[in-house]
Amino acid sequence: MKFVKALASATILAACTFGSASAADLVVGFSQIGSESGWRAAETTLTKQQAEQRGIDLKFADAQQKQENQIKAIRSFIAQGVNAILLAPVVATGWDEVLQEAKDAEIPVILLDRTVDAPKELYLTAVTSDLVHEGNVAGKWLVDTVAGKSCNVVELQGTTGSSPAIDRKKGFEAALAGKDNLKIVRSQTGDFTRTKGKEVMESFLKAEDGGKNICALYAHNDDMAVGAIQAIKEAGLKPGKDILVVSIDAVPDIFQAMAAGEANATVELTPNMAGPAFDVLATYLKDGKEPAKWIQTESKLYTQADDPMKVYEEKKGLGY
Amino acid sequence: MTSTVRTYLGRLLPQLIALAIIIAAISIIFPGFLNLQIQNGRLYGSLIDILNRGAPVVLLAIGMTVVIATKGIDLSVGAVMAICGAVSASLITSGHSLAETLLVTLAVGVLCGVWNGILVAVLDIQPIIATLVLMVAGRGIAQLITEGAILTFNDPGLIFIGSGSFLGLPMPVVIWLVFGILVALVVRQTALGMLVEAVGVNREASTLSGVFTPVLLIAAYVLSGLCAAIAGVIAAADIKGADANNAGLWLELDAILAVVVGGTSLLGGRFSIAASVLGAIIIQAINTGILLSGFPPEFNLIIKAAIIVFILVLQSPRFRAVFTFVSMPRAAGRPTEREAK
Repeated sequence: MKFVKALASATILAACTFGSASAADLVVGFSQIGSESGWRAAETTLTKQQAEQRGIDLKFADAQQKQENQIKAIRSFIAQGVNAILLAPVVATGWDEVLQEAKDAEIPVILLDRTVDAPKELYLTAVTSDLVHEGNVAGKWLVDTVAGKSCNVVELQGTTGSSPAIDRKKGFEAALAGKDNLKIVRSQTGDFTRTKGKEVMESFLKAEDGGKNICALYAHNDDMAVGAIQAIKEAGLKPGKDILVVSIDAVPDIFQAMAAGEANATVELTPNMAGPAFDVLATYLKDGKEPAKWIQTESKLYTQADDPMKVYEEKKGLGY
Repeated sequence: MTSTVRTYLGRLLPQLIALAIIIAAISIIFPGFLNLQIQNGRLYGSLIDILNRGAPVVLLAIGMTVVIATKGIDLSVGAVMAICGAVSASLITSGHSLAETLLVTLAVGVLCGVWNGILVAVLDIQPIIATLVLMVAGRGIAQLITEGAILTFNDPGLIFIGSGSFLGLPMPVVIWLVFGILVALVVRQTALGMLVEAVGVNREASTLSGVFTPVLLIAAYVLSGLCAAIAGVIAAADIKGADANNAGLWLELDAILAVVVGGTSLLGGRFSIAASVLGAIIIQAINTGILLSGFPPEFNLIIKAAIIVFILVLQSPRFRAVFTFVSMPRAAGRPTEREAK
């Protein structure tokens, strides 16, 4: 009798495990930071789209920039018995306890877009972009484009001390290292905003002989570049021709500028972090094979040759 | 008349000196600073940049001065800027005319002011708390309007407000000049300014002596809301888009600072709109100077803080007393006050 009971429960258990392995009835909880930027909104939209395409039942929780809300959301996901949890952590620290709870409940957690300071065994993997690499791609494009000609570069940095600002600067400088024809002549923070990007660019133009001394602008995000483009136009110069413009993020508005010939290149920070996450999750649930602890998303370079208007139309509806 | 001008200049003297020192210092670091030229039919140069970039803070400071003179404070102006920018962008993109857009936007600013004013004047909530409500909620409201994205527009009329020019001056400068003179005239050529000061010094006494304080207080916050609305439209028009997350962010603090640098006491009472405008220009001159200087961005805030502390110390009565004492001619046998009597 005892044996039969055990056998029956084992069969049920196996059936359950088998059931959860097929993507069709997967339930995944997603704890999102909030919607503080257009990129974040696009990430939310794409995550929902990706889940729908794969027939995954996505439970979405907006934390409104608060860690305690995220912790609450994760606990509620655990209580609901979801198959996996996606977490875009608002801060790096303080996750150990709740991640341990998820681990005890045998629910894999995948980090999106940012990482945490917690032991690696507490989460399945982290899907993020490599910020240094992004800067590097932008730098390489500039090195190739000017092709040995002498070029003074001005840089619009992100918010001072933020990790995208530090890393995107580092990557760009690494790409320029050893190239004597390229020189960063001015570098200031534009706080990742259009207004500050415009204001700082105005001062760069004044400081560098009305802009005649500047051959290229590197902005740590597209919004600052969009602001700077307006400043260049108002100073009577042609952005994209007199001053090359390269930036990072690939938000829709920069594609409009590229279509108008006012921006030259952008490096994409893809908002589709969930796609790769769902892929590894499917493999993991099927084969039980642990993926690498870090999955790097592609930092794709877009230029004016990539039909910017088409990309703009594609991206417009994503909620950027 | 000459004496009026002299007292007026005397009131503004510390601010004018501070501004002159800052401008002199920047032109030493960056020689091309004072260059002005005509480009595309408008004045072009760093000095114009200061007046132009300073527009939002100047406008906020005008409203903030009157609010502070009533012994109040308006923390919500940055958020109101974001709301009004968002409102104007969403109206213009949904096909409304420029006149309608501006009218509704200014009305929204006034409405925000009425809300703050009622909380302070009728419900008697402390101004810092009352306006904190809208400061926190306002940015959320703005995000709701723009749906979290930067709402861009291409209406030439609206863009003109941010980057057009009139008589060679950028539109934002023209707007704050005209608006500032208008407000100054209204409060100073009528008894309004004095009544505001009276409320700020002693609200109860003014009520008892027949001033209808609730209306006056609400009017002060309405003015502040209106200023924030204009600043919000300018900020949005400048970048051809409404950025609900960043428009006017922390500008309430810059506006309060401008009022303080302008020498108006946070305890209410006497105020000078011209001095606050100068204060805002001083702050913007420091910002622009830092950008031109080419220092690494890590130093921006430190330099700004150091200069502001210096200006405030120069203005403090205690420092002035010490300074007067030190520089006093030590003539022997000079009669003291008691002996003179």
